Amino acid sequence: MSISLEEVRRIASLARLKLSPEEEQRFAGQLSAILAHVAVLEELDVSGVEPMTHALAAGEVAALRADRVLPGLGAETAVAPAPDRAGTHFKVPRIIE
Amino acid sequence: MTPTELTALTVREAGEVLARRLTSAAELTEAALTRIERVDGRLGAFLKVTAEEARAQARAADERTARGERLSPLDGVPLAVKDLFLTKGVETTAGSRILEGYRPPYDATVVERLKAAGAVLLGKLNLDEFAMGSSSENSGYRPCRNPWDLTRTPGGSSGGSAVAAAARLAHGTLGTDTGGSIREPASFCGVVGVKPSYGRVSRYGVVAFASSLDQVGPLARTVGDAALLLRTVAGHDPRDMTSSARPVDDYLANLESGAKGLRVGVPREWLAAGLEPGTEEAVRAALDVYRRLGATLVDISLPHSRYGIAAYYIIAPAEASSNLARYDGVRFGIRAPGRGLREMYADTRQHGFGAEVKRRIMLGTYALSSGYYDAYYLRAQKVRTLVRHDLDLAFGRCDLVAGPVAPGVAFPLGERVEDPLRMYLADVFTITANLAALPALSVPCGKDAATGLPVGLQLVGRPFDEANLLRAARALEREVGVFPAPEVP
Amino acid sequence: MPLSDFEVVVGLEVHAQLLTRSKIFCPCSTAFGGEPNAHTCPVCLGLPGALPVLNERVVEMAVTVGLSLGCRIREKSVFARKNYFYPDLPKGYQISQYEQPICEGGAVAFAVDGVEKVARLVRIHIEEDAGKNVHGVSPDGASGVDLNRAGVPLLEIVSEPDLRSATEAVEFVRALRAVLVALGVSDGNMQEGSLRCDANVSVMRRGASRYGTRCEIKNMNSFRFLEEAIDYEARRQVEIVEAGGQVEQETRLFDPDRGETRSMRSKEEAHDYRYFPEPDLPPVIVPLTLIERLRASLPELPRARYRRYQEALGLSAYDASVLVSDARVASWFDRALSAYRPGPEAAKRVANWLNGEVARLANETGLGPNEWRLTPEKLGSVLRLLDEGTLGGPGAKQVVEEVFRTGGDPAQVVVARGLAQVSDEGAIEAAVDRVLTASPAEVERHRSGKKDLTGFFVGRVMRELGGKGNPAVVNALLRTKLGGGS
Repeated sequence: MSISLEEVRRIASLARLKLSPEEEQRFAGQLSAILAHVAVLEELDVSGVEPMTHALAAGEVAALRADRVLPGLGAETAVAPAPDRAGTHFKVPRIIE
Repeated sequence: MTPTELTALTVREAGEVLARRLTSAAELTEAALTRIERVDGRLGAFLKVTAEEARAQARAADERTARGERLSPLDGVPLAVKDLFLTKGVETTAGSRILEGYRPPYDATVVERLKAAGAVLLGKLNLDEFAMGSSSENSGYRPCRNPWDLTRTPGGSSGGSAVAAAARLAHGTLGTDTGGSIREPASFCGVVGVKPSYGRVSRYGVVAFASSLDQVGPLARTVGDAALLLRTVAGHDPRDMTSSARPVDDYLANLESGAKGLRVGVPREWLAAGLEPGTEEAVRAALDVYRRLGATLVDISLPHSRYGIAAYYIIAPAEASSNLARYDGVRFGIRAPGRGLREMYADTRQHGFGAEVKRRIMLGTYALSSGYYDAYYLRAQKVRTLVRHDLDLAFGRCDLVAGPVAPGVAFPLGERVEDPLRMYLADVFTITANLAALPALSVPCGKDAATGLPVGLQLVGRPFDEANLLRAARALEREVGVFPAPEVP
Repeated sequence: MPLSDFEVVVGLEVHAQLLTRSKIFCPCSTAFGGEPNAHTCPVCLGLPGALPVLNERVVEMAVTVGLSLGCRIREKSVFARKNYFYPDLPKGYQISQYEQPICEGGAVAFAVDGVEKVARLVRIHIEEDAGKNVHGVSPDGASGVDLNRAGVPLLEIVSEPDLRSATEAVEFVRALRAVLVALGVSDGNMQEGSLRCDANVSVMRRGASRYGTRCEIKNMNSFRFLEEAIDYEARRQVEIVEAGGQVEQETRLFDPDRGETRSMRSKEEAHDYRYFPEPDLPPVIVPLTLIERLRASLPELPRARYRRYQEALGLSAYDASVLVSDARVASWFDRALSAYRPGPEAAKRVANWLNGEVARLANETGLGPNEWRLTPEKLGSVLRLLDEGTLGGPGAKQVVEEVFRTGGDPAQVVVARGLAQVSDEGAIEAAVDRVLTASPAEVERHRSGKKDLTGFFVGRVMRELGGKGNPAVVNALLRTKLGGGS
């Protein structure tokens, strides 16, 4: 299963990764090799097999949370780690809708 | 006691010695800090040493002991945790540059529990970035070396955790295991490493890699230590809906019961070709020990073994690609200057993430993307069911499954960094337990004849049957002895 | 309006914020307003290591809505991640439901010009709301992100494309909103954004067998805008098709200033959301016992009430619809009726007061029924005072207004303000006599046929009585004294 450079760019864009041309080439090769191995899954007949979407068995799950309010971190603590802020807003480059 | 004697204490011994006031938490802590300073420059186990906080915690522990109010057998015992666990106010990087300088506003549940037990936390341990790797070479900060041979990897991703435990920089540590990241470094460094059943330990406050596979577990030099650490942190957490409501067994209760009557399943696929001779020899020797101890070896088959890597390397990167979307420079971590919003995202992630992380994000994004979801992600999840089913069937005929942890011993630094697929394929034995959500551990069982490097035996158990696994591991340990500590020059 | 040989086809996606106290996946408050990012925690901030924990009330509300709308409730439904990057989406994904939503099917009944209609639903699912992006937070034009709203629980209600006009769309949303408010799960406020509506609009030639290409229209935060937007979009699409062109499938924003829809400026690559089941949350299990418990505690819903008001109480369709448009008002009405006198005759009177005077006062003060100082029981008292003749029409209005504004007991207000009508025949007769004696010329003209002078006499008598004459008694006595008809 070979991945083209175009595919690599499409995926990088979806993932918001800005790869260098050299990286694009390298990843195309490496991902192709990995996917070639992954292709072994196609050998299996999985008809009628349920996907294991949740790793914890149903019987192990605890109850849901009651609808009660608890104090949060507070606005200052929430924005303190922000690389950029305006008051207690997280500040980002202008968003164009 | 001399500093050397102090740092050589196991977790349980340290607790006992503190309780009997033969030494103080302050002395233990100082001994550890001194040793770290002397030795860790070469090993690279620690990303951050929190000396002042540790000393303060030690003082508090000593005061409690003086008042007769010890919180637990761990009160005052110096430990350390993988830098994947959020520690309030203390830099947490996940081994990545994207979180450089990040000081979280909260503690992971497991950290809270260690603190509540009175443990002294020495610092944050080195790892593969975002837990992605099997050698700790993907750390964004510094290399981590195997204390048995500084030219080799300690394994990964919990390399720092294994090194610190092995080299006596901390009495015990916590790591995480998604595809083998506790067991493999434990095997490579000659310590015990336990990956509990999925849901046994809270993931709240643990930087997520692959949500349906990640588990927190202990690394320590003895089985008893691992059991004590696990008992301390395990149990339901209402802040983690994937944590089990089931009560926690007392893992120390029947630890010494032995292996008599145990049915040990040996998967024929696991001992087929592909193992380094020294590893195969050590594993077979361990199986012989079990036989001598009165266990029965049962030949079992895990027919879907060969598909595990493929399934794992779709599921884990897929979940990771989504879990790592939050690292965008908006609310925490670094931010690259960008002209517009989209540039800011892309530049931040480009500068912040290392190659392996980017590779897995790409792989995961691809596997989930439109047109590929059915063929990759969905199919891999179905294969996961088949892998689990193999084990469910096997447990009809045996009580636990035994085999190698890895195909060989610790490999040289740099040997596999350019060959990701080769790196991935070595996870073949460990990923089974992650996919199947089952408990598994690595216990040192011998040395590789050629290199003298440690070899671990893997045990895999039924869901939530950690007690049995630990008991079986202890039986082996009692017979072959606790693995020695390396002499670090 | 679109040309008559075209039909407009509309499907709606309605998002309703649920009135839980805490957010869907964390215990932060859902309270509106507050300093930016004051109501946040590691979970709704999307911090590393944070995990979602489902609020049980959200499940109950979703099931309650599903039961009310005749949906099939899935015993097991699954959360899914919808992955995309945007500053108001802290995790880089929204936790929603995709392949296995909690409710499927169902329908909403509504009326257009008195004609009952039904639009089917595709599904209802649970998801979390995003935060808010704010423009111009600093002189350099940067934007700000406020995550107070991130994690507020939403119900997404998706209709089949069964609606055939902008009016139908509006009435559909009105009826749906009435149900949500009646159930207490949403406050239905479109202006504030707690009820949001997107419309999928397409056109097709009448008699065609296939739907046309549809466009998604967003940003309509009132019924008027919803109607305008759909009308505009339908016209726009018809023009394209008539000219032989193809409608392009896209998302368009409604511009309320111009009454137009516009293509969204950023021609983003079509979002590939890469949905997959949320591994951090187990499947939502809705046992039969929960369904039965919720079903048993469903309140009377707007449509049922609407029918009851007409059939059992004889109210007009108009009166009934006004009352049921706000569940609190309808409940108030029910209580007033039972405090006063149940039955059709009284129902009309109570409805008139409620939809008339009381509504006027409510609109003026902006207060909701729960805040009115005029209780249903007090209106009942006023009506009884009217029945007894203690109050006349104007007096009753005064009492109602005063009690509404300042509280108090109606009977005491009557006394305090001296509003009691004079019904005593002796007193009224004396006043009538005085008036007639003082106006002999008018009496003469009345006797000789100028019957419209009766009003003059009534006015004078009322003045004599300080405006408090019981009109019925006054009229009767005047008739007697003046003789003949009046």
